[in-house]
Amino acid sequence: MKTLFRTVTLLSAFFVGGQAFASSGVHLEKAHNDLSNQGSLQNGMKLFVNYCLSCHSAEYMRFNRAGKDLGISDEQLKQNLMFTAEKVGEPMKVAMTKTDAKKWFGTAVPDLSVVARSRGVDWLYTYMTTFYRDDKRPWGVNNLTFKDVGMPHVMWEMEGGIKDAVYKTETGADGKPHQVVEKLVPNCGALPANDCAKKAEEYNRNVRDLVNYLEYMGEPAKLVRYSLGVKVILFLLFFTFVAFLLKKEYWRDVH
Amino acid sequence: MINKMLVDLRDWVDVRFPMTETWNYHLAKYYAPKNFNAWYYFGSLALLVFVLQIFTGIFLTMNYKPDAGVAFSSVEYIMRDVEWGWLIRYMHSTGASFFFITVYLHMFRGLMYGSYKKPRELLWVIGMFIYLALMAESFMGYLLPWGQMSYWGAQVILSLFTAIPWIGDALTLWVRGDYVIADATLNRFFAFHVILVPFILAALVFVHLVALHHVGSNNPDGIEIKKNKDPATHIPLDGIPFHPYYTVKDIVGIGVFLIIFCAVIFFLPEFGGWFLEADNFIPADSMKTPEHIVPLWYFTPFYAMLRAVPDKLGGVIVMFAAIIVLFILPWLDRSKVKSIRYKGTLSKVALVIFSISFICLGYLGTQAPTPVLTAFSQLFTVLYFLFFGLMPWYTSIEETKPEPTRVNFSH
Repeated sequence: MKTLFRTVTLLSAFFVGGQAFASSGVHLEKAHNDLSNQGSLQNGMKLFVNYCLSCHSAEYMRFNRAGKDLGISDEQLKQNLMFTAEKVGEPMKVAMTKTDAKKWFGTAVPDLSVVARSRGVDWLYTYMTTFYRDDKRPWGVNNLTFKDVGMPHVMWEMEGGIKDAVYKTETGADGKPHQVVEKLVPNCGALPANDCAKKAEEYNRNVRDLVNYLEYMGEPAKLVRYSLGVKVILFLLFFTFVAFLLKKEYWRDVH
Repeated sequence: MINKMLVDLRDWVDVRFPMTETWNYHLAKYYAPKNFNAWYYFGSLALLVFVLQIFTGIFLTMNYKPDAGVAFSSVEYIMRDVEWGWLIRYMHSTGASFFFITVYLHMFRGLMYGSYKKPRELLWVIGMFIYLALMAESFMGYLLPWGQMSYWGAQVILSLFTAIPWIGDALTLWVRGDYVIADATLNRFFAFHVILVPFILAALVFVHLVALHHVGSNNPDGIEIKKNKDPATHIPLDGIPFHPYYTVKDIVGIGVFLIIFCAVIFFLPEFGGWFLEADNFIPADSMKTPEHIVPLWYFTPFYAMLRAVPDKLGGVIVMFAAIIVLFILPWLDRSKVKSIRYKGTLSKVALVIFSISFICLGYLGTQAPTPVLTAFSQLFTVLYFLFFGLMPWYTSIEETKPEPTRVNFSH
C-alpha cells in the first residue's frame, strides 16, 4: 500500500512538473494575479471593455454574469461598461466584421473568452508588457513575446510611452549576423525618469488586473471551484474515515 | 407483518426470476481470496468511473451540440450557462483520464500476479477487448469539444488508415465522411461515442464479470483457493464472501479514490495540460495546423512507437502490434507459477524494464521529435516487444520459488 502511494505521488509530480509544451523561447514573467481580489477583477473588466472590446469579442461572456460575479450592479454595467450591447444579458460581442479585421490588422481578431486558458496568464502578462517601437511594422510597434503581431499597442499612453528596444548582433543558425533585441527600455519622452518608472509600475499593475479578469473570464466557475473543492474533500475525508472504521469492524472476524 | 410481506415478495420474485440466486452467486456466496491488497481496488474503481462517465455523459448530451459550427460554443455554454455544467464537464473530462489510470493499474496488477494465466486466459482477452473499446471511446470523445487538438489529433490518427496498401485512401475517406475532418465526422463520432461504443463497453464489462465469477478471482499469491475447500461446507478455506467483506472494503477504496479524483476536478482539472490541453481552448481551424500535435497521455506510448518507425506503414503495424501482443500474453507465459512473488529474477527484471519502457514511451510521445528522442523511442519500443517476445524463454528457464499451499494473510 505504502509503495503504491509513493509510486503514484512520484508519478504525478513527474507528470505535472514535466509538462512544458509551449516553448516560444521567450522568458515569461509571472503574472502574480489574484482571483480573490475583487477590486482587481473590476478594474480588469473596466480595462477590458474600454481597450479590448472594440476589436476583440468575448462571445461566451455575458455582461450580467460578470457583473454578478464581480459585484457590479446592472445599473453600473449599463452606465459605465456597456458600449456595444443594450441588454445586460447579452454576451460581449463586437461590431467589427471579419472582413474589416482582415483589412485593418491583416488577420482575423481572435475572441478572448478563453484566451487565458489557451495562452496562460503568464504569457498574456508578458505579452502585454513587451511592446516596443519598431517603425518597420504597420502600427509602429512590435512585440517580443509575439513577433510581428498584428495588434497595435492599445494601452501605450498608460505606459507613459512606447518602450525602445536595445539591439545586439548575434550570429544566427545560418552563420550570418542578425540584429536581435537585447532588452527593452522605457521611453516616456519629456517625462522625468522618476515619473516614468512610476508610470511603468502603474501600467504593470493595470496589466495584472486585466490578465486577472481574463483568467476569470476564461472560466467563471474558478471563483467558486476552489472553495467548494475544499468542502467536498473535507466531507470525503470524513466519509472515508467512517468507511474505514466500518471495514475494520467487519474484517475483525477474518483470520 | 412488514417482514413477512417482504419475505413473501422475495419468494414471489424468486419463483419468477433468479433474484436471490443471482445475489448469492455474484455477491453473498461468491468467495474471493482474503489476501487481496491495494492493487485489487482498481477493478471496482474502473467500474465506478464507467458509471460516472455514463451519468455525466447523459447530462452533457442534453446541452452539447454535435455541429461543427457550434460544438465549441456549446461546450463553453455548458461551462458557463448550464447550472453545475462546469462540474459535470470536469467530472467527464477528468473521468476519461482516470478511466485509463484505473484500467492501466488494473492491467498491471494482472501482469504482476499472473491473473491472465490458466484458467483466466479468456477473462484477460475479454479485458483486452474492453481496453480496445475504451480507446475507441476516448478517441472519438476527444473530437467532440472541437478544439484545435480535437481536430488535428483526429486528423493525424485517421490519416494513419491511408497507410494501408490499396484501400487506404478510400477507407479513410469512408470513415471520415469527407476529405478532411468535418461536420460529417463529428456527427458520426458523436453517435459512436454516446451509443454504439458505450453499449459494447457495457456488454463487455458484463461478460468480463461473468467470466471472473465463473473462474474465481486470482490473488497476490497466484494460487487457486478452490483447491483447498472445507470438506464439510465446500467453501474455500482462504475465501471470504464478497459481500459484505469486499463491498465494505471497496467503499474505503472508493473514498480514497474520490478524494484524489475530486482534488483534480476542483483544483487541477487541466492537470497541467495532461488532461485538458491548452490548444484545445482554441476552436478547430482547418487552415491552421498547430505547431505540435499531441494526443492525450493515455495514447502517447503508442504514439511514440508510431513515430519511432521511419516508415508510415511500418509505424502503424508496430503500433497495432503493440496492442495485439497483449492479447496473446496468456500463451507467452510458460512459468509454473502465476505471481511475481514466486517467479524468478528474470521475470522481475523484465517486468521492471517493461514498466519503465511504457512510462518513458508515454513521455516521449508528448515531446516534439528530435533525433535523440526518436532514438530513445526506438530503444524503448524494442524493449517493450522484447518483454513479450522473450517471455516464453525467460519464464521457462528461470528457477521459481515454491508456491505456498495457503495464501499469505495478516491483518
